[in-house]
Amino acid sequence: MRKFIPFLIAVAGTVLAATVMAKDVTLLNASYDPTRELYRDINSAFAAQWKAQHGDSVTIQMSHGGSGKQARSVVDGLPADVVTLALAYDIDALADRGLVARDWQKRLPENASPYTSAIVFLVRKGNPKGIKDWADLVRPGVQVVTPNPKSSGGARWNFLAAWGYALKQPGGNEAKAKAYVQELYKHVPVLDTGARGATNTFAQRGIGDVLIAWENEALLAQRQLGKDKFEIVVPSVTILAEPPVSVVDANAEKHGTRAVADAYVQFLYSPQGQEIAAKNYYRPRAQDVAARYASQFPATHTFTINEVFGDWRQAQAKFFAEGAIFDQLGAGN
Amino acid sequence: MSGRKRSRSARWPRRLAHVALILLALAFLVAFLLLPLATVFAEAFREGLTPYLEAIRQPEARSAIRLTLLVAVIAVPLNVVFGIAAAWAMTRFEFRGKTLLGAFIDLPFSVSPVISGLVYVLLFGAQGWFGPWMEAHGIKVIYAVPGLVLATIFITLPFVARELIPLMEAQGSEEEEAARVLGASGWQMFFRVTLPNIRWALLYGVLLCNARAMGEFGAVSVVSGHIRGLTTTMPLEVEMRYNEYDYVGAFAVASLLALLALLTLAVKTLLEWRYGDEIAAHAPGGH
Repeated sequence: MRKFIPFLIAVAGTVLAATVMAKDVTLLNASYDPTRELYRDINSAFAAQWKAQHGDSVTIQMSHGGSGKQARSVVDGLPADVVTLALAYDIDALADRGLVARDWQKRLPENASPYTSAIVFLVRKGNPKGIKDWADLVRPGVQVVTPNPKSSGGARWNFLAAWGYALKQPGGNEAKAKAYVQELYKHVPVLDTGARGATNTFAQRGIGDVLIAWENEALLAQRQLGKDKFEIVVPSVTILAEPPVSVVDANAEKHGTRAVADAYVQFLYSPQGQEIAAKNYYRPRAQDVAARYASQFPATHTFTINEVFGDWRQAQAKFFAEGAIFDQLGAGN
Repeated sequence: MSGRKRSRSARWPRRLAHVALILLALAFLVAFLLLPLATVFAEAFREGLTPYLEAIRQPEARSAIRLTLLVAVIAVPLNVVFGIAAAWAMTRFEFRGKTLLGAFIDLPFSVSPVISGLVYVLLFGAQGWFGPWMEAHGIKVIYAVPGLVLATIFITLPFVARELIPLMEAQGSEEEEAARVLGASGWQMFFRVTLPNIRWALLYGVLLCNARAMGEFGAVSVVSGHIRGLTTTMPLEVEMRYNEYDYVGAFAVASLLALLALLTLAVKTLLEWRYGDEIAAHAPGGH
């Protein structure tokens, strides 16, 4: 009996693996929360292109969740061939465990971020609290909805955007930035675990006066839930959020999907991929596509994480690690 | 005279308390059970019948239904076998560590489902105890169907056993001993005496076990990896659709789960109504 049980498990595993392999090529893309609509379009376009070029049909399976949680799942064995996450630190975590090559961010153009987004405000119709810029968020009586930076990638971008704004004000310095962000989190009634959860809190449950969100998430919420209900406010200065992508080398090698996986992430940079990104409210990198969608993405002063914070590893250690600045604010409790 | 008066005046507050209690119970029932249930169906059919049918006909929904049924079909029979064996051991034998076994059977009730799921990740995940060995041998448990089945078995483990133990304890073993004395084999005794005696409790256990197996969210969410169309059960599909602003779709799948629960309830009530006397006869413990 003792020998029989592992045998049974092995048989079940083999049968399962065989049924998966029988379907031509299958890729698993582990992504973060707000990209569901984007990758639905990307996947069908890429599958059509791959079929036309190679004759093979490729099925792309999706797994969505908070960016940090998804990275953790891949570490724990989620067999993702490709990761498309909210911030570089989460892919760094995979590189630290040898699942992704160390130089992953240099293998693809633009820091491996094929599209970008900005951090903006979503307010209720008519902007009843008159919110125009970051300073308005800390006025008395204003309630702000933003997710928890400990679990949500989007929330970390929000945090850094607020910090960078305060830093860039005349006479701005670290102490003033900390004071501003501390005040800001006092105005947050609930810290959701993910960006989509925060959007639902703001839009569906009607909590708060302003949602700090990815621009793509704000535009999508507006389209899905009604243009007559919400308005987007672009602050005077904000962070340029660069969500990165990478092939998970260890998994792609194991599954023999390297070629398709490489083609898949490169497709994101193609004219067609850029067009789809723009249609799904992500700011495209390609200038010509960006020009066509200019009305959708109002110009604003943006700064990148590298300009203000060095890189994601440094930002993570300084702000979001155990006992770091976010914990010192006492907002997480 | 004064005594009678007191008894009559004492009756009124008591009746008042009766009515108040009934109203309170009713209010709770409406607020916490009927209202949410009605909301599920109202939201599911908000845009009419066609969008509802379309929502549950999508391949992702069909695969979620199939996976949910598959998990239940594996988990429930295994827990029936385990439940009977455990109840038998607990009520027919004296052995060291019996209390400990009882406590272990209850463990899944007292542990948070998320923790149960996490334990399997720690055991079978790529960084877990057995992860590297299983990876080397091409065995996938976490983020695959076997992990969903394991987590569900763990969560639903106590249902059958807990239903059987009090009954079998109350019934005692006289009838079984009589069967053995009269020359019945072990299996004959089990199928002709034990099983008929416990069948109603067993059926309750199976119904409860099945309802939980299909409805479990926390534990399966941790081990699922949320791969659409591959490792998402119905409760996970509901969450996913809700997060995708597909409210009709979310509530449509939720309504199927609710229907399942209602069906379970209906079967249970029907059995109680139809075979009430028989059930009472077999449950000397007032079960």
